[in-house]
Amino acid sequence: MKGNEAIAEAAIRAGADAYFGYPITPQSEVIEYLMAEKPHERTGMVVLQAESEVAAINMVYGAAACGKRAMTSSSSPGISLKQEGISYIAGAELPCLILNVVRGGPGLGTIQPSQSDYFQATKGGGHGDYRLIVLAPASVQEMYDFVKLSFDLAFKYRNPVMILSDGVIGQMMEKVEIGEQYPRLTNEQIDELYPWATTGKKPGKDRRIITSLELDPGRQEQHNLKLQAKYKKMQEEEVRYEALNCEDAEYLLVAFGSSARICQKAMDLGRAKGLKIGLLRPITLFPFPSKILHELATKVKGMLTVEMNAGQMVEDVRLAVCGKVKVEHYGRFGGMIPSPAEVLHALETKIIGG
Amino acid sequence: MEQNFDLPEIHTPENLVYTKTKVLTDNVMHYCPGCGHGTVHRLIAEVIDEMGIQDQVIGVAPVGCSVLAYNYFDIDMQEAAHGRAPALATGIKRVFPEKFVFTYQGDGDLAAIGTAETIHACNRGENITIIFINNGIYGMTGGQMAPTTLPGMPTSTSPYGRDVKMMGNPLKITELVAMLPGTYFVTRQAVHTPALVRKTKKAIRMAFENQKLNRGVSFVEIVSNCNSGWKLTPVQAIKWLEENMLPFYPLGDLKVNGEMVSK
Repeated sequence: MKGNEAIAEAAIRAGADAYFGYPITPQSEVIEYLMAEKPHERTGMVVLQAESEVAAINMVYGAAACGKRAMTSSSSPGISLKQEGISYIAGAELPCLILNVVRGGPGLGTIQPSQSDYFQATKGGGHGDYRLIVLAPASVQEMYDFVKLSFDLAFKYRNPVMILSDGVIGQMMEKVEIGEQYPRLTNEQIDELYPWATTGKKPGKDRRIITSLELDPGRQEQHNLKLQAKYKKMQEEEVRYEALNCEDAEYLLVAFGSSARICQKAMDLGRAKGLKIGLLRPITLFPFPSKILHELATKVKGMLTVEMNAGQMVEDVRLAVCGKVKVEHYGRFGGMIPSPAEVLHALETKIIGG
Repeated sequence: MEQNFDLPEIHTPENLVYTKTKVLTDNVMHYCPGCGHGTVHRLIAEVIDEMGIQDQVIGVAPVGCSVLAYNYFDIDMQEAAHGRAPALATGIKRVFPEKFVFTYQGDGDLAAIGTAETIHACNRGENITIIFINNGIYGMTGGQMAPTTLPGMPTSTSPYGRDVKMMGNPLKITELVAMLPGTYFVTRQAVHTPALVRKTKKAIRMAFENQKLNRGVSFVEIVSNCNSGWKLTPVQAIKWLEENMLPFYPLGDLKVNGEMVSK
């Protein structure tokens, strides 16, 4: 199954209530799969092709504000269009899932894979001080698994969650273990679980307002402080990463998503030559696994981040190690994908011999 | 606090001919004196009250003068980004098809930045109610030119009057959405006389009742005045509205029960 199809099947099985999207390469299989599967018959899930990415993310806002599990998917240029809505969703503290199957940019760029939306995904993306929880899958199985995880995290924190994938993971086919069918929540369960959701004012109860507007600067500051406290809690509780061969590593590769798959092969090639290489793969890009990188900085002789961009995550790695060890970046971009041999060569020249 | 002005008690049953509908909150409205927003808010609230659907309504507020509309209605509401209210309403209605969903939007929100969302929600035939306040100007931001500003009409961004050769023509979006197969009821009303207020209330009632039929969008335009933006007193503004706005935006039904009304 393709990565994009795994997302779609996982959405139905996670008990998602609604998907709103707009076609864009390389992720159109998500809505195509959903439409073909008739989820309105399988679970009652709504699937709607919107007139634009802007409309799609705002449909997500409307459904999410009703306490429903709503999601959208797109690729880089479309995600740029969604940023207005994402900022409002973050400001109004609504839970939802946004999938970005990243392609090369800037502008219309290319339809080939890239990781050049790292900054946009992890530093906010739209206007205002906000963060998304960002999950970076490195396999089709993780595309599947992260859908339910994303909804769970989104509702735990009342915050949008982004799955930051790329054209490689979205398009490639792998075996996937399909999980159980979770039921969609009933309207009664939503009323019980989500006291903030607009479901129609109950007699004798206060009305519910979903808004990101607070004109009074003192109250807006309090709202921002509440958001910041939430992001801090995420940093304390939700960091996820995978550490491979880090125990005896002298040199560390740091990579996420499909780059981590390539780095795994590069690490094997290096180990076969006797080089003690480890791999740290951040799974959450926000919250970023800074602590483990800070610890590893005292154990290794150098780190190389490998990204399909001009050097974005490398800034977070440098912040985490705080000058304790040399950190370099190797990247291909514009839709080009590095080979394992290329990565090993970069490690040998930039870190080991450098 | 109890205040004693030594006035006779006038709140007696025989004097009580008019009260605030319970679907409006006690919050003091921020609208300028003479503005039509307050009247339309009240009509919507009365319709919700009379239909007994306060617990089944979800409203969507826009960006513009009525950005704080959710402070005044005692119902569940969502605040949309500028122009996106019909997309929010689509999302709400699709997951809650049994609820009553309405948007409340001004001309800049609905007919400029939100044109795509308006037209496509109408064309899809979303089973929602759209209340559209057209005063021909951007009120909240201080009187700039709107998509519905009349030819020759001065605003702060068309200080010598709207030059249609340079700035384009006013958009008759209500006529436009009436042409779409997804609209079921399209009408243009006004609220500057008591008779028109009563007619507008009937139109709003029909626009909400139609949601029970699941036949598509019910779209109610209300031509209103903006005394502050037009730089006129309320009385002058009503005269100006009648002499200038209504000839360009004639009142009446454009589409009823899915059929165009022939003029």
